Amino acid sequence: MSILVDKTTRVVTQGITGSTGQFHTRACREYGTQMVSGVTPGKGGTDFEGIPIFDTVEKARRKTACNVSVIYVPPPFAADAIMEAADAGVELVICITEGIPILDMVRVKQYLRGRKTRLIGPNCPGVITPGACKIGIMPGYIHKPGKIGVVSRSGTLTYEAVHQLTQLGIGQSTCVGIGGDPVNGTGFIDVLELFNADPGTEGVILIGEIGGTAEEEAAAYVEREMKRKPVAAFIAGQTAPKGKRMGHAGAIVAGGKGTAADKIEAFRKAGIAIALSPAELGSTLQAALAGSGRRAH
Amino acid sequence: MNIHEFQAKDILARFGVPTLKRAVAESAPEAARAVEKLGGPGPWVVKAQIHAGGRGKAGGVKLVRSGAEAESFAASILGKPLVTHQTGPAGRIVRRVLVEEGCRIARELYLGLTLDRASGLVTAIASAEGGVEIEEVAARSPEKILREAVDPLVGLQAFQGRKLGARLGLPGASLGKLAKLLSALYDAYLASDASLIEINPLVLTEGGDLVALDAKMGLDDNGLFRHPDIRALRDVNEEDPRETEAQKYELSYIALEGTIGCMVNGAGLAMATMDIVKHAGGEPANFLDVGGGASAEKVAAAFRIILADPHVRAVLINIFGGIMRCDVLAEGVVQAAREIHLKVPVVVRMEGTNVAQGKKILADSGLNIITAVDMADGAKKAVAAAA
Repeated sequence: MSILVDKTTRVVTQGITGSTGQFHTRACREYGTQMVSGVTPGKGGTDFEGIPIFDTVEKARRKTACNVSVIYVPPPFAADAIMEAADAGVELVICITEGIPILDMVRVKQYLRGRKTRLIGPNCPGVITPGACKIGIMPGYIHKPGKIGVVSRSGTLTYEAVHQLTQLGIGQSTCVGIGGDPVNGTGFIDVLELFNADPGTEGVILIGEIGGTAEEEAAAYVEREMKRKPVAAFIAGQTAPKGKRMGHAGAIVAGGKGTAADKIEAFRKAGIAIALSPAELGSTLQAALAGSGRRAH
Repeated sequence: MNIHEFQAKDILARFGVPTLKRAVAESAPEAARAVEKLGGPGPWVVKAQIHAGGRGKAGGVKLVRSGAEAESFAASILGKPLVTHQTGPAGRIVRRVLVEEGCRIARELYLGLTLDRASGLVTAIASAEGGVEIEEVAARSPEKILREAVDPLVGLQAFQGRKLGARLGLPGASLGKLAKLLSALYDAYLASDASLIEINPLVLTEGGDLVALDAKMGLDDNGLFRHPDIRALRDVNEEDPRETEAQKYELSYIALEGTIGCMVNGAGLAMATMDIVKHAGGEPANFLDVGGGASAEKVAAAFRIILADPHVRAVLINIFGGIMRCDVLAEGVVQAAREIHLKVPVVVRMEGTNVAQGKKILADSGLNIITAVDMADGAKKAVAAAA
């Protein structure tokens, strides 16, 4: 089983005609995802390798019944693209774009309130249910269908975790990249709730990083609500200096808050298994599963 | 991106935030002339302009009573490093001073605007303890930190400023002034795509006026593309030259103190790579995220920037290719290694898109490149190579 996306998901690509949009639309389709349409204003009526392109998301939805949008639109226009998809009623929007101004995202969040659209990202690698549906930029081949949920703020560090799990024979139910920006559509707790309710997910690996307090809040949720599903975690940035933005807009220790040490401590208190080295992501989860008497295969 | 106090004041003043008469001076005689130009009976204040706080405590701010005093103080700090608790031990060279008219301070407050991550809302933060580090106040007396979140739909409302003012114990006659000032700060915040505006101290004068005695503005890097006028305020002298160089190639680079250079794709993996180097007993020399889809030229530039650090004794390249293709990376590594006559050992761990092609390019290059099978192996080999 899985959360958010599966074999029936129908995806529209916003920004399909850009080189990034093209490359990944092709790769996702090759993986088996139903890439049913694309949107680039002004390019309606053309197609990308047989995938019809429309001028607006509204038209794409009417003509191709897409229920998920993936956005590769450049930063100056990405917030507008997210809102357009929400306005068109698209239920899930996955925004890959990095570099959207923070205030734009503050406005987007406001816009999404009361609307039925769920936003994942921005600045995220996407969502994949292995063997069924890949939406985003992750390399499909490292994934293996299974029962472990993966939720992460990072992109490539998530691939590292997935790779380690797959090598141990531990497959993944769904992997969700929530992204590295300080204001985003979906947080750790939102995803943990979904994993918690998913009968096909038996354990979770959570990858956090410095900045903000999302991990601490997630730890509290896990302790309260996830007693029957083991959770393992890793926090990147134990060696990051204070006050410096470490790549991701959200990865900054500011005002003494958001250190890796604080997050690791919060996880420890919540009984979450912690990998102190990034080489032990898979093995830490494996041990947590064994400790709970479950097997992951 | 950060800007100087004098630049922040100019921006805020344009939006109607009350500031004092002031002039910038880049030489000691200019400081004296600034005092003449400002006029009045004095005293005046001469302030070092660097991108760091704690200037007062470090001797970078002085009350002067004449142009001659201004000149002599300016001469004593201009062209020299000023070391504050925020600059690091090397300090920052003072290239300008701000000369400002004095004012009669009745109270010092703290007023700031920043994004509150937990709520995702721009939030005004105020405290009756101005002139001290807000983090210090937050740590010892968190109840003294007042907050007003801004509803993005309607913006900052006047009553919110009055509410803060009343809680700060301001006289009734000043509440409207605080509301107006806070509103001006919020307008400036939105119009500049700021990430932080801090007025510390915000002064209530003996005359009952409010004035920004100091101003700090941080800008959202993601917003700069739509503010070329603000981007032009960037002072590269306040940056690590390697970080400046990296920005030219759209690389994310942060210099650290160790001996093992790191080149990684993706910020999370880059941080984790620094972490695992430390775990393996080494010290990372830098954080560097080459990003997704990097070209061979970009990778070569990244390599050169890392190797420009004289402390680097080995380089660990850790790439997990999603958008980034391993063959592109390998071409970049080979190109750079040839151009700079590579002297330090390089350990490469690659995984992901086109990995087989990438490994072949490295193997066929004839260069002395140590390959690693996974992250732990890579870190171990890099630490050994740097010893």
